[in-house]
Amino acid sequence: MSAEPILSARGLHVTFPGRRGGQPARAVDGVNLDVHPSEILALVGESGCGKTTLARTLMGLERPSAGEVRFGGVALDYSTRSLRAYRRRVQLVLQDPTGSLNPRHSVYEAVAEGLRIHGAEAFGSFGDEEAKVADALSRAGLRPPERFFRRYPHELSGGQRQRVVIAGALVLDPRVIVADEPVASLDASVRGEILKLLLALREDSGLSALVVTHDLGLAWNVADRVAVMYLGRIVETGPVETILRSPRHPYTQALLSVASAGAGSAAVILGGEPPDPARIPSGCRFHPRCPALGSGVAAAAGVEPACRAVDPGALPGGREAAVACHLFPPLVERL
Amino acid sequence: MPALRGVELAVEAGQKVGIAGESGCGKSTLALSLLRLLPPGTEVTGRVRLDGEDVLTMGWGRLRAVRWAAASIVFQGAMHSLNPVRRVGAQILEPILVHGEGGGADPGRRVARLLEDVGLAASAAEAYPHQLSGGQRQRVMIAMALACSPRLVVADEPTSALDVMVQAQILRLVDRLVTDQGIGLVMISHDLSVLTSTCDRLVVMYAGRIVEEGPAGEVFTAPRHPYTAALAAAHPRIGDRASRRNPGGLPGDPPDVERLPEGCSFRPRCPVAVAGCELVDPPLWPAGAGRRVACIHVRPVEPGAG
Repeated sequence: MSAEPILSARGLHVTFPGRRGGQPARAVDGVNLDVHPSEILALVGESGCGKTTLARTLMGLERPSAGEVRFGGVALDYSTRSLRAYRRRVQLVLQDPTGSLNPRHSVYEAVAEGLRIHGAEAFGSFGDEEAKVADALSRAGLRPPERFFRRYPHELSGGQRQRVVIAGALVLDPRVIVADEPVASLDASVRGEILKLLLALREDSGLSALVVTHDLGLAWNVADRVAVMYLGRIVETGPVETILRSPRHPYTQALLSVASAGAGSAAVILGGEPPDPARIPSGCRFHPRCPALGSGVAAAAGVEPACRAVDPGALPGGREAAVACHLFPPLVERL
Repeated sequence: MPALRGVELAVEAGQKVGIAGESGCGKSTLALSLLRLLPPGTEVTGRVRLDGEDVLTMGWGRLRAVRWAAASIVFQGAMHSLNPVRRVGAQILEPILVHGEGGGADPGRRVARLLEDVGLAASAAEAYPHQLSGGQRQRVMIAMALACSPRLVVADEPTSALDVMVQAQILRLVDRLVTDQGIGLVMISHDLSVLTSTCDRLVVMYAGRIVEEGPAGEVFTAPRHPYTAALAAAHPRIGDRASRRNPGGLPGDPPDVERLPEGCSFRPRCPVAVAGCELVDPPLWPAGAGRRVACIHVRPVEPGAG
């Protein structure tokens, strides 16, 4: 793995205007994030935490209100022409393969569509469209590819449809895939096969992936690093084995306890609903739901006033483990 | 086409039974058949007994009385099951007025009580469904299901559209209400870990049949049927070395019920299939205390032992 990230966010903010004169929603509120070559990064959080907005902004589908997205060290330029070139290098794979595929397009047409949009520059070493489509289908695990050319989405299983969507992304030889809940709509037994495909693509083609998910088990299965997002910020990040085996942020701890114990007695179930990005609490944004504050742990550590009044700030990005929590001040980490 | 093929299931008062399986395995058909909710023309054979009374043969009047009052269903999409233009309180009140003796002198109080039981403010009765979050709507559905104090609640994927944290809140709520009120619960999900955290017993279905059943914890942590093992591995235990960078899964897809393979329906995807699997579709054999498994590998030593 080279040291330089291929895709990164620096000081990224995305704000949507408030509804009916309400406060604007700060969906992404100061995010630094790096995806390195051949790296699988899992971006984890509940719905409404801003993870999908962050992914869309990284794709160039939303314009940041502040900060920038960089690809290969160069800030993204939002002219139509550069965005088009950019989207060949960074491809999006959506959650629901049935909704992403046009029911009246054959598998061949679905996969060839990207090539036709991007024209000659997308063909690379392959002279013709058919060879390119066949190659993408077979890399996505649909073999022999010719057998799938003339089939339609309704003739395929859910897992096969998701493979077609992935082939449609691979046909343009992207460097990075951004996958939003790639297995959430698939059957449990099929899920593993699609995740194995992500691992194989990284192995064979050095593809990087940003996998957006609410599923910590998925992160454990495939990711190298994990970034936990809460209300527009990354609150904890680092290598999967560090973060998922010894989480420090009370929010990560709660998510993990629910992922491992479900509703069982060992689970730390947070009360209330995921909060509103139009009303981000003062101090630490997690403090109204924080179990460490509720249980007195924060008070015993003498940080309770800080929890209520001081924003722990945005994490720096990069590969190191980091946590935005007053219980773990950065000074202590360095010692 | 047969969606269910010889399913036997017993739920006792206060017991929580989880039914696991993938789309098309027949688990929702099973749920609907329990209350005769399948579309007209569906052929259902066998017996469904609710407190000893056969649901499949009872008259319409009796069936209407039994639904809600004796047994109720919580469906998965609360958004689609609630009427968008009626206030939540009125919708909870409806089954009470139609079926219940539960209303008593003051049905409004009963609605407020039910809302509080599911963790909502009594004032939520005045809200329309769109004013509530997904988790709150699912709580309303649960309040409706409990409105007439039923003996049995069938919950079909009650949490699958919800976030992990809200899902855990709802599961804990269902668990508490069912235990407190001694209600029998049949919970259906594709997620074995969700069922294991809530239920006493687990039933795993594949291609319209039960392939494994037993105490929830044992089935999940020590599955005997290779399909159960694959379902359990689909949701890894975080921290477990074996699943790190090694997602569990099965090649192939669930079978088409119209074209089931010969012999054991799971054979084409089975990692431990042997010669003979294509010959017999194994029945549920006893496999230890309270456990039964339909797999040639657990064939009882003495024939006739089951």
